[in-house]
Amino acid sequence: MKREKIFILSLFLGIFLIAFVCIALGNMFYTQAKDISALIEAAKDANVLKAIWISISAASTATLIAFIFGTPLAYFLARKEFFGKSVIEGIVDVPLMIPHIVAGIALYAVFMRYGVLGAPLQRLGLAFQDAFAGIVVAMLFVSFPLFVDAAKEGFKQVDPRFENVARSLGASQLRTFFEVTFPLASPSIISGAIMCWGRAISEFSAVLVLASFPRSAPVLIYERFTSYGLKAAMPVAVLLISICLLIFVLLRLLGTKAGSSKK
Amino acid sequence: MIELRGVSKRWREFSIKNITLEIKKGEYFVILGPTGAGKTLLLELIAGFHFPDEGRILIDGRDMTFSPPEERNIGFIYQDYMLFPHLTVEKNIAFGLRARQRGRFKREKREGRERREEIERKVKEVLQMLGIEHLAKRRPATLSGGEQQKVAIARALAIEPRILLLDEPLSALDMRTKEQLREDLRRLNRENGITMVHVTHDQTEAAMLADRIAVMMRGRIVQIGTSREIFSRPASAEIAEFVGVENIFSGVVVRNEGGLAEIKIASAGLAGSAGSAAFSGSETIFAVSKYGEGTAVNVFVRPEDIILAKSIQDFGGSSSARNVIRCEIERITSMGALVRVRMRNGLVALVTAHAVEELRLREGDEVLAIFKATAAHTIKT
Repeated sequence: MKREKIFILSLFLGIFLIAFVCIALGNMFYTQAKDISALIEAAKDANVLKAIWISISAASTATLIAFIFGTPLAYFLARKEFFGKSVIEGIVDVPLMIPHIVAGIALYAVFMRYGVLGAPLQRLGLAFQDAFAGIVVAMLFVSFPLFVDAAKEGFKQVDPRFENVARSLGASQLRTFFEVTFPLASPSIISGAIMCWGRAISEFSAVLVLASFPRSAPVLIYERFTSYGLKAAMPVAVLLISICLLIFVLLRLLGTKAGSSKK
Repeated sequence: MIELRGVSKRWREFSIKNITLEIKKGEYFVILGPTGAGKTLLLELIAGFHFPDEGRILIDGRDMTFSPPEERNIGFIYQDYMLFPHLTVEKNIAFGLRARQRGRFKREKREGRERREEIERKVKEVLQMLGIEHLAKRRPATLSGGEQQKVAIARALAIEPRILLLDEPLSALDMRTKEQLREDLRRLNRENGITMVHVTHDQTEAAMLADRIAVMMRGRIVQIGTSREIFSRPASAEIAEFVGVENIFSGVVVRNEGGLAEIKIASAGLAGSAGSAAFSGSETIFAVSKYGEGTAVNVFVRPEDIILAKSIQDFGGSSSARNVIRCEIERITSMGALVRVRMRNGLVALVTAHAVEELRLREGDEVLAIFKATAAHTIKT
């Protein structure tokens, strides 16, 4: 009975947060449902579709980069103890701590046309300021810690003795990683990638500072809101949220399936 | 042959110190020791999962001290199986074969199909060897402990290792499965001639499986010998206590005639273990011993070497046993077929339940504890 009481209390308190999300988003969907023609109009608007596509493709690129560079980093941090490890872990988490407008300014200083990295890379044909690559950089900066932290926890949960056995059976370190460690850590890696993607697509401030063009969806929504008001911004917002939710649910299902096949 | 020369290693809270050891080809070698003695670390050093801080490890005469595990051809079996949960049983077993054959087939320029067929054949062979063909398509999570351990053994055997390292492989299993797997392991050792190094804290397991046993304590090998030597002639009071010699007395040799020593047990200076006998001070023990008059010794007597009788008439009025000690039973504890009888003077005997029944032994009864001079092992203190 006592156990049930604590569950009831947990649910009662937890529901506060669930309601918080549901009311905020539900109200928006409900309001928009009353003006469905505006939503259809937005779905046909080439500028809106382009902005959403830019957001999705930039977030996916940022997640891919986080995956390529973050997976080895997460594995290293999960397996090795060394002097200064907590400093490295702290640096990884810095982007989560600082206001994103600050992150945008910091990135702008480095990646702008005359920035430390921006200038030489622009000469090589890779521009960041007001360019797709700039959106990716801004998204990557604010989202990769979520991927690295989740992947690190995933690798930590894989007993190193699995790796020992694999190597005793004749597998090289690399083969052991790809055939044993990575598949066993994949539920956490997928979960980290989903969180990373979600955080990336929702980024506004850093993107606005570094690359307000081409228009990503949050920038477009903000622009319509400041220029034409809530009525013009809401259909685009509802459309973006709907697409994101759909992708989010599909990826979650994929992650759950991957997790259950490891059991 | 495995040869360890002065191997030392410190790793987390474990350490092993200056271990020198030779394990013969085809031998079933057991490393016996209490938890935390460093047994697993020693095994992992042989496997190449860690490298020693000092010393050398030679396998078949080749220095393998710093060779990676994949180059050693050593199978490793953990207590909790470590089967890859994302692979079926047959894929677990094929894992090592795939890893090893890739390089070999590339070198020999052989077809992938040929390689797959060879792997399938080998997987089938080891599944049959351990009688687990029916588990081939199952996932590890759906198997019992015994089945998982058999799969782990099959997986290690599939690569045809020259050495099999077993880290407490039977600890997590029930009695029946344990017995069956014990037989399987011994059979595999005899039939395939694989050198087995088996780590355990279980003395029965060690005694039943080992050709030789190394006792390991606090990171050091403290005694190596056959199971008879280890269990009957432990090299120190600490080893004796660990291997279940509950009767440990300290005393002084008062006479030694042709190897038969008369030892006066010290009134208060016993071996000091919790289970050591506390004699009144007037007791004398006869033991076959090399130590001369005046030598201070520890005397060990295994509880199963002590016979209990209500009177000497139970032996037809006489006995060839030189030691007959009158004691009062303090506690009788049933252990199934065996019964542990603890005397008020601290002496412990292990007798059959049948004998207790026949002699009608009860707590508080006076009995004679009888053991031969050959059952009393002495070491100098």
